[in-house]
Amino acid sequence: MSTFLLLTITGLGLGAMYFLIASGLSLIYGLMGVLNFAHGVFITVTGYTLWFTESKLGGVPVLPRFLIAALVGLIVGTVFAALVELVLIRPLYGRHIEQVLVTVGVALAVTALVTAIWGSDARVVAAPAWVGDTTTIFGAHIPNDRWLEIGTAAVVLFALEAFLRRTRYGLIVRAGVENRSMVTALGIDVRRSFTLVFAIGGLAAGIAAVLYTLYSTTVDPQQGTSLVIFAFIVVVIGGLGSIRGTAWAAVIVGLVQQYANYYASSGLGDLSVVLLLGIVLIARPSGLSRSFA
Amino acid sequence: MALLSVHDLHVYLGESHVLQGITFDVREGGVTAILGRNGVGKTTTLRALMGLVDRRGTIEFGGTDIRQVPTHKIVRLGVGYVPEDRDVFAALTVDENLRLAERGAETRYDLVYDLFPELRDRGKQAAGTLSGGQQQMLAIGRALLNDNRVLLVDEPTKGLSPLLVTEVAVALERVSELTTVLLVEQNLGLVQRVAHDAVVLDTGRVVHAGPAKELLENKPMVHRMLGVG
Repeated sequence: MSTFLLLTITGLGLGAMYFLIASGLSLIYGLMGVLNFAHGVFITVTGYTLWFTESKLGGVPVLPRFLIAALVGLIVGTVFAALVELVLIRPLYGRHIEQVLVTVGVALAVTALVTAIWGSDARVVAAPAWVGDTTTIFGAHIPNDRWLEIGTAAVVLFALEAFLRRTRYGLIVRAGVENRSMVTALGIDVRRSFTLVFAIGGLAAGIAAVLYTLYSTTVDPQQGTSLVIFAFIVVVIGGLGSIRGTAWAAVIVGLVQQYANYYASSGLGDLSVVLLLGIVLIARPSGLSRSFA
Repeated sequence: MALLSVHDLHVYLGESHVLQGITFDVREGGVTAILGRNGVGKTTTLRALMGLVDRRGTIEFGGTDIRQVPTHKIVRLGVGYVPEDRDVFAALTVDENLRLAERGAETRYDLVYDLFPELRDRGKQAAGTLSGGQQQMLAIGRALLNDNRVLLVDEPTKGLSPLLVTEVAVALERVSELTTVLLVEQNLGLVQRVAHDAVVLDTGRVVHAGPAKELLENKPMVHRMLGVG
């Protein structure tokens, strides 16, 4: 029982991380039709900014040091995401092949740049002690960072839903996901929403970067790329442009990965997720979002 | 003076030369109908005026050339658009569809609800669950919400029952008292009822432009140009 509970909570933690990354990807594709392969570097930029800032704050106690560094990382990551849209993506709207090439190019270039400056070895980040401890529930020793991941993802989900349902920009985004040209035909400059959605995607990915840093206590140049692969799978399973679908798909993928790794064989978790993707694509090519609506 | 002047307008969709240099004027007030058989470029004409397809030629609206103006700015000049397939946002409620169309502080909800009271009653309903007729009301209501100088209305009666066609006709008559309407329509009964002028297209060219009554009373001409009657 305690093992199952541990696997479930850690699986939910993993799903929370995937949701944070995938929600931005999903909105970006849903609204703009942009497959953003540069999404992983939003994580890298936030993570390295966090590490760099923290390394310059020697003498400050760990908790405030981490919080300040995380805040700086989130701001830089969000601005970076907005700039990618404004400078590189905007001139290429409607040119999908060029957009894919540019986002792949950004992903490769930023990863190479980070490696060239700071090397390929992981850099250690000092995390607050509580995060590394465990909380015992029904005999299961749950790492504290998982509670943080689940709680943060729930808050982000709630905030995104509130943004989409209660603000005019949210209304524009929801309508734009359905029919972008009709939104324009109502007199709305939909491109402003594009930048906003990129910034929101960058912020959510940045939050995932902060949480991942708490979990691994390191940053490395490849971590963004490896995390974003599963986020893409989550987006496809959840249904492009659907935040609720993305949330459910992230939970399913996180749990399947954890259960398969433990109950089947270590390493089968990744394979089982790919199998799940295949089944969903065959049975419901548009993703699961309608099932959750 | 014409409110809308189209001169030598060309549109290519892929390899197809859909509009081959059309020229016509829309005078201020009343309804001008664009008629023609299926596939002659009626819908493309409206989409070209809205800037939703690439086009060449001159389009003057209120004396300003709008060919280079992006769609959202054309709309803000006072152009309302009711597309052929309604294009209501299915996942949004009726209220949200209307709210999205709001431009500026002065909106005409009273007029919209007066013409289509059902929209008020179904405010919380998802637009995708409305009937075809209700979706058409929403699409027209959305365009009427703002004080537009011209409304481009594309086949508003397509797929509607005769009862709803009458309802739409009444709404269009009322609307035409308030603003200029450029109407694409296959239903000649409706055109006869509401239109003052008519422009007939054939294979991407204007083959007739003049008073609607004059055209529609000339049965041989209607038969030759529109294949009906």
